Amino acid sequence: MEEKKNLATREAYGLTLAALAEENDKIVVLDADLAGSTQTAKFAKAAPERFVDCGIAEQDMVGVACGLASCGKTAFLSSFAVFATGRAFEQIRNSVCYGKYNVKVAATHAGITVGEDGGTHQSILDVSLMRSLPGMTVICPADATCTEWAVRAAAELNGPVYLRLGRLAAPAVYEAGQEFTLGKGQLLRTGSDIAIFASGLMVSQALEAAELLAAEGVKAAVVDIHTIKPLDTELVCSLAERCGAVLTVEEHSIIGGLGSAVAETLMEAGISAAFQRVGMKDTFGQSGSPAALLKYYGLDAESIANQAKATLARKK
Amino acid sequence: MLDTIALARTMRQEIIKMLTASASGHPGGSLSATDFLAVLYGEFMNVDPAEPRKADRDRFVLTKGHAAPALYAILALKGFFPMEELANLRKLGSPLQGHPDMHKVPGVDASTGSLGQGLSLACGMALAAKMDGQDYRVYALMGDGEQQEGQVWEAAMFAAHYKLDNLVILLDHNHLQIDGNIADVLNPDPLDEKYRAFGWNVIQIDGHDHEQIRTALAQAREVKGQPTVIIGETVKGKGVSFMENQAGWHGKAPNAEQSAQALAELEG
Repeated sequence: MEEKKNLATREAYGLTLAALAEENDKIVVLDADLAGSTQTAKFAKAAPERFVDCGIAEQDMVGVACGLASCGKTAFLSSFAVFATGRAFEQIRNSVCYGKYNVKVAATHAGITVGEDGGTHQSILDVSLMRSLPGMTVICPADATCTEWAVRAAAELNGPVYLRLGRLAAPAVYEAGQEFTLGKGQLLRTGSDIAIFASGLMVSQALEAAELLAAEGVKAAVVDIHTIKPLDTELVCSLAERCGAVLTVEEHSIIGGLGSAVAETLMEAGISAAFQRVGMKDTFGQSGSPAALLKYYGLDAESIANQAKATLARKK
Repeated sequence: MLDTIALARTMRQEIIKMLTASASGHPGGSLSATDFLAVLYGEFMNVDPAEPRKADRDRFVLTKGHAAPALYAILALKGFFPMEELANLRKLGSPLQGHPDMHKVPGVDASTGSLGQGLSLACGMALAAKMDGQDYRVYALMGDGEQQEGQVWEAAMFAAHYKLDNLVILLDHNHLQIDGNIADVLNPDPLDEKYRAFGWNVIQIDGHDHEQIRTALAQAREVKGQPTVIIGETVKGKGVSFMENQAGWHGKAPNAEQSAQALAELEG
């Protein structure tokens, strides 16, 4: 699996789908005219008779996926995250989730690292929307290895799943063959000063931030929360309690996403900690290179390290 | 063969009774769709109440989910669940939700209620049959007000593009929606020309004439390479004099006195 190093999670998604095309004849894949971008074209090539291009009609695509699922198919549908979860939200609510269909919403181009396309195409609310749906599992893998697991886990789980995937090449966080468990966070770095919970592309940024912090004598723990729902509340609580300071990092609005999920968990558990959400601060994005955008919105390693230090300063 | 006229009459009576018992629900669009359902389930649907989920069954999607009372009536009469259950419509804990729930009611193939979503589900079912080389058919009952939803036309394009000749829309063209006449609210007509332009086989009938419904359904089975829409001219509230053609009876249950009058009229 050496070739998977630093692949975009969308590419790993397409490669895994193509492998599953051979292994599982129940899998069907739908796309809305973005097969090249979402990488579902790889599945289309492997199993054209089980690939359905729905055209630029996301709402219909969601319903067609449900109809296929009701007849025994495992349906993966893909588009850009902003359209899949926003344009077709009510279809995902009332058709997919209310109907408890075996449909996987695998959305690519999530977050601001879509880059130059700008604010209309940068999906920063999707986790919030998908997390609120009863019965929906939400997974946001950090790299190619985690993505391969996530796609396979989604295929095996009988019910709705949201897979949040990115456009940008994601630095490899895991060795090939790494094992994951749905709903269990991955402790990637131990530390006792501050706990950093991150998801998706932000995991590699958080690890880099932890290195910067270590150079200044700050011991930061870093956890990959690949499954945002159901959240690993046990790990979140125990680590927050031990560190007394918590930073959440997500390529998403600070409203309703990973940060909110962690905050809800800690408040209900009665755990008091210096707490900061790092993410898009109730604002839309804009055009720019991914690197420039990450820096501008405070989502690069250096900004994350700075926000960790500011949070530590508030620690009691 | 079942007498579909008698079946439709009993369905209408059960609709009135269950709405009265729940003091809630949608009589107008249930009564206008009754004849479609009586002929479809009476003579065409390949379904087995003893095995409601069998893989090769015909599928039915009530895309105008608010006509649930009509669907519940025919499913109970066909033996999918006990008739006594009908009195529990819309009550807490009842399987008979205000809009049909496939996980709670045997014989319901799709949970619906949000208008405009059902045709897409039906397309997926019809496509699955094609993929699997199965010959079951898929029927979708839609409202005319529902045609105002954009997703309907995405699905209409999809069905024709993928040549879903195993898919049939029964379009309950009763001309009324909550805010009034569909032509005044947002005119979806001419629906026949629209569907024809979208690549569909279009059949126009009197949606209360069982012989015409029967002929249309039989004809739809013979069409190859394109989906069929059967546009039935109907009367909202059909069979109950004071409900007929009254938009006010879209989503209002009759009181005891109105119920008695309705049942007397339906007894004929």
